[in-house]
Amino acid sequence: MKLELRNITKRFGTLTANDNISLTLEPGEIHSLLGENGAGKSTLMNVLYGLLQPDEGQILIDDKPVKFNGPGDAMAAGIGMVHQHFMLIPVFTVAENVVLGNEPTSKLGGLDLEKARALVKEISDRFGFEIDPDAKIQDLPVGAQQRVEIIKSLARNAKALVLDEPTAVLTPQETDELMDIMRGLAKSGTSIIFITHKLREVQQVSDRITVIRQGKVVASPSPKSSASELASLMVGREVDLNVTRKPAKVGAETLVIRDLTVLDDRQHQMVDGVSFTVRDGEVFAIAGVQGNGQTELAEAILGLRKIHSGSIQVAGRDLTKSTVREVLEAGLGYIPEDRKKDGLVGDFTIAENLMLDGSFGPPFANGFQIDFANRDRIADELIAEFDIRTPSATTLVKQLSGGNQQKVVVARELGRELKVLVASQPTRGVDVGSVEFIHEQIIAARDSGKSVIIISTELDEVLALADRIAVMYRGKIVGIVDAKTTREKLGKMMAGIAA
Amino acid sequence: MSAKKVTEATAIQEDKASQVLREIMAGDPVRIALSVLLGFIIGAIFMVVFNQDVVSSWSQFGSDPNYALSTVWWTIQDGYGALFTGSIYNIDSASFFEGIRPLTETLRFAAPLIMAGLGVALTFRVGLFNIGATGQIMMGLAGATFVSTRLHMPIILHMLVAVLAAVICAMIWGVIVGILKARTGAHEVIVTIMLNYVATSFFTYLLREPNLLLEANGGGTPKSDNPDDSAKLGALLGPEFNLHYGVIFAVLAVFAYWWLMERSTFGFRFKMVGHNASAARAAGIKVENTFIWALAISAAFAGLAAANQGLSVDGGLTASIEAGIGFDAITVALLGGSRAGGVVMAGLLFGAFKAGSSTMQVAGVSPEVLGVVKALIVLFIAAPPIIKAFYRLPKPSIKIVESAQKAKAAKVVK
Repeated sequence: MKLELRNITKRFGTLTANDNISLTLEPGEIHSLLGENGAGKSTLMNVLYGLLQPDEGQILIDDKPVKFNGPGDAMAAGIGMVHQHFMLIPVFTVAENVVLGNEPTSKLGGLDLEKARALVKEISDRFGFEIDPDAKIQDLPVGAQQRVEIIKSLARNAKALVLDEPTAVLTPQETDELMDIMRGLAKSGTSIIFITHKLREVQQVSDRITVIRQGKVVASPSPKSSASELASLMVGREVDLNVTRKPAKVGAETLVIRDLTVLDDRQHQMVDGVSFTVRDGEVFAIAGVQGNGQTELAEAILGLRKIHSGSIQVAGRDLTKSTVREVLEAGLGYIPEDRKKDGLVGDFTIAENLMLDGSFGPPFANGFQIDFANRDRIADELIAEFDIRTPSATTLVKQLSGGNQQKVVVARELGRELKVLVASQPTRGVDVGSVEFIHEQIIAARDSGKSVIIISTELDEVLALADRIAVMYRGKIVGIVDAKTTREKLGKMMAGIAA
Repeated sequence: MSAKKVTEATAIQEDKASQVLREIMAGDPVRIALSVLLGFIIGAIFMVVFNQDVVSSWSQFGSDPNYALSTVWWTIQDGYGALFTGSIYNIDSASFFEGIRPLTETLRFAAPLIMAGLGVALTFRVGLFNIGATGQIMMGLAGATFVSTRLHMPIILHMLVAVLAAVICAMIWGVIVGILKARTGAHEVIVTIMLNYVATSFFTYLLREPNLLLEANGGGTPKSDNPDDSAKLGALLGPEFNLHYGVIFAVLAVFAYWWLMERSTFGFRFKMVGHNASAARAAGIKVENTFIWALAISAAFAGLAAANQGLSVDGGLTASIEAGIGFDAITVALLGGSRAGGVVMAGLLFGAFKAGSSTMQVAGVSPEVLGVVKALIVLFIAAPPIIKAFYRLPKPSIKIVESAQKAKAAKVVK
């Protein structure tokens, strides 16, 4: 099946999300769609999947124009979509999930699970997926769940698959497996649109690349292009992907964590006897696939989550039972992994967000009254210092781009006296230009003698910033290694294999 | 399940509820004004359709269309004209002094609505669906009535103590809601509704008992003595007018609310919790305690409304003195966008409705039309798509800043 998007334009009010975009997908081709957050990739795919109607342009299948009024039409035409967040029911088996919404029935109208099993087995064997049709989704690792999603599309005779940021949740090994699967599918004639912002993967797997920037197609570079060439196209200017930094000058052990155990809301043990120390002037990275206890660890350090056992000390002071406010006042800065949920108030202005944790005393508060003069002065200073691109300090934070929102969080946390900085996914959903800037700020904090913890699922980020790396797997630290450790070795550790 | 877990589970649901609340409150003044206008238009349709003269004149529409149309016009003019005469200025009166009397009546009715409305507005800003003003007013009335009829003190001091008693009693009622919510995760909507019943019955019970608040030589009806003159809110503009010092308390309450929400660090934290409780938690704010404080202060405003009612009566009071203020307060807060200025405007509008309803009745228009208008206004505000469709308003375009920004960023690159 040949799929073509021709001159697609989609506007939202005054914003043109897709501006005259054309894209062709030949049979058996892997076509990578590369672009920053907000470049218009998702809008384009929603148009393709029938979730949005284009204002101009058309979709053609085998050179015949088609119109999709919803995902049902798109699926019927042979287009399958694997979303970033899986659409699976955890307590159902693989076979049940695959046929859900399209169930084979016996003569009497009952569910024919035998047929479903056979279907899953057939597809799984054909492409070497190694999926047991009777396994429950909740018992499968994330990589396998993703393959179930792919089987789901193939079971509906998808000829073109859209994979939306599929590697975000995978370990490096699982990513490699996915790449193999993609090549196998392409060889058998299924074409794939691969949406990502990870340059390494694009280079590995693409037959063709299209780069989108601000809603427009800006280039179709060769798959042999270098990472920095691709990055420059994506951002629109020269990008230095390497973080330059001096060797660490380490000082005292400021953050000391001993035998920490933390439970989640459902009383599952998410952090299991973790111990480590972070010294002044170093970046200590915690790597690992998402959901292995990093979130709970960060929340426990901040005092957001109750500590079951163990202890946390900052500069000799015990903070195990402290409230969030006490922890913040003890000199801990926190960049949460989900800035919209935990880091910012979208309906507040930039100036207000910059004083979010500062309402209890000077310089932001004067008695019970907010010191507006100080607030506005500090806001202007931080906006300039942290290069927050905004018309004014009174702009609402929800109107800023992801990168600028994150800069507001970073500015607030680094804008006060700190001993320790805990940064969780500091560059998630942030444009490349802001990634560069935020990384520089983190290194600057380290060089000024602060203890810095980076929690990141992106191995590239970990390798770019860390002086020492701890890998977390199922709530435990698999090992603490130095920054020169190879990607392969870290990948194995992320899968739980001790070094 | 532990109490902690309950709070975390409900926190997620509340995020959705307060999302709705935020959307309603984000209503811009233009949309609110359009809602009010549309409410009046539909109110006019009600007046016309159910008016006997109009109905009979339209049966002769074929022979005399002018007459039919003019009856429609006159009906609307009579109805809303009577509302104006009853609530703002009486053109037929002999002097200006007399003519302005309706406006003072509007102020008198608006004062308790504004005070109670501010209380509800405060909890809305914190993301709480508080509908407990009725109960808080009842408890406030109990406190005010006890002090004003059972204790005897010098003038002014007596009044101030009575007001204070009303505020404290109401606050206790509010704090109970806050503590139940913070410690057990009980939803404030359920708790406040139930506490309204408890408070109303409790106050009536007090009024029934001879040793408690029942009037001297009282019989079967639950009614109190007349408050001591020393405890009453005195007339503000002399004996010709009913307007009393309650309106001064209302003005002070408005300024207090404005300072609290727009200037103080408390208000900043209240709003933070209302907009994003989990970000507030990460910023070191104890969200549960904030709920308790917000409900306490909110109830204090309701207590002022109670004092306004309980200390301005002539000849004893019954539970009916509450006059639906606690419930109207919710509407006033919504209509006023929970802002100080908005609540004042909404309170004045509803005060005018109360002041003008008797003159409307005299003019032959059922005052219930105003009830319909009131309800419709809030309905339109709560359901923005109706207003957008009716006036064909364009969709809001939030993205302007971002695209302006990208243009700016592009320049920087060059």
